[in-house]
Amino acid sequence: MLRSLAGDAAAYRRLLAGLRERLDVYFRQRLRSDPAQAEDLVQETLMAVHAKRATFDTNQLVTAWTYAIARYKLIDHMRRSGRRRFTPIDEEHDLAAEDESAAADARLDLTRGLTGLSAHARDLVVSVKLRGEPIADVARRTGASEGAVKVTVHRGFMKLAARLRGRGDGK
Amino acid sequence: MSEDLIARLSQDLRPLPRFMVARRLLVGAILGLLVSAALVAAIVGVRPDIGQAVGKTMFWGKLVYALALAAMALWACERLARPAGDARGRIGWLFAPVLALAAAAGWQFAHAPAAARAPMLMGHSASVCPWLILAFSLPPLGGLVWAVRGLAPTRLRLAGLMVGLAAGGAGAAAYALHCDEMAAPFLVVWYTLGVAAAGVVGWSLGPRVLRW
Repeated sequence: MLRSLAGDAAAYRRLLAGLRERLDVYFRQRLRSDPAQAEDLVQETLMAVHAKRATFDTNQLVTAWTYAIARYKLIDHMRRSGRRRFTPIDEEHDLAAEDESAAADARLDLTRGLTGLSAHARDLVVSVKLRGEPIADVARRTGASEGAVKVTVHRGFMKLAARLRGRGDGK
Repeated sequence: MSEDLIARLSQDLRPLPRFMVARRLLVGAILGLLVSAALVAAIVGVRPDIGQAVGKTMFWGKLVYALALAAMALWACERLARPAGDARGRIGWLFAPVLALAAAAGWQFAHAPAAARAPMLMGHSASVCPWLILAFSLPPLGGLVWAVRGLAPTRLRLAGLMVGLAAGGAGAAAYALHCDEMAAPFLVVWYTLGVAAAGVVGWSLGPRVLRW
């Protein structure tokens, strides 16, 4: 996304193609009865991504930003077609979490989030939180005390959580 | 067919100016503020003692208060004009100018003789002040609605509220050129009320006027 904003057309094309896949899943899942409409909304959202790319905040996650646009387009569509089965726009709601592509997104976001941590903290967070290794084992392997491992994992995890919530700069 | 679209969009990729969001918001707010100031001069008139007033702290205090509210609300708009923009931390800062002025007002109140307190609070224009602020906030409201709907707000009520408060702050700053009330208790009640009224207008219009 950053390279796209700087004007790298090849990077931009890859980004849009990747987003297209996610949006396909997103809309098809929500408009099962109307695949043609889902495809329209995918295109509408891609056009909005393009037209509104200046509103992307480099501290944000591309997926969070794109899904917010997708949700806006979906609600707009629902409103126009007079149905309101979906959550109102003002409700803070992590739609990505209920998505088939959620696992892939989570991985992408997680990777991005993890790059914000030091190598040591990253190793500990991945071992304890993702692989579920016992603290004692990790402490023995890294030669640190159990308390120190716990603290590092906790801090790293909080930092990661803050980042994934889309508040890269803490505010 | 979305391959075609992607190809077309990536051919259309031009580098964008930096700080596009902030720039657009500032253009809308400043143009609106200038229109409001011109309307204040034309309709209710700049206060006749403006020459002496510029030497007084309270004249500037009023302007700073109004512009600080506008700036804080704009700062929140800068986030709310973006999809998934999180403005929670920034909205909190709106209370800073209000609390600061409330502290000053409390101090003035406490140090005034009992008989002087009621005039400090009510001045001579309490019944019109909030209404005029609301009226003069309409030009910046128009400017900011233009700015924000050209961006991509996804929480339209909240964005509308912040747009309204920013417009209210700008309207209050313009109105301060006319208003000759000089007591902090008056300001903290009636100016804040006028700005809040503009916020309510923005909140109620948001979902309709900020759609894109």
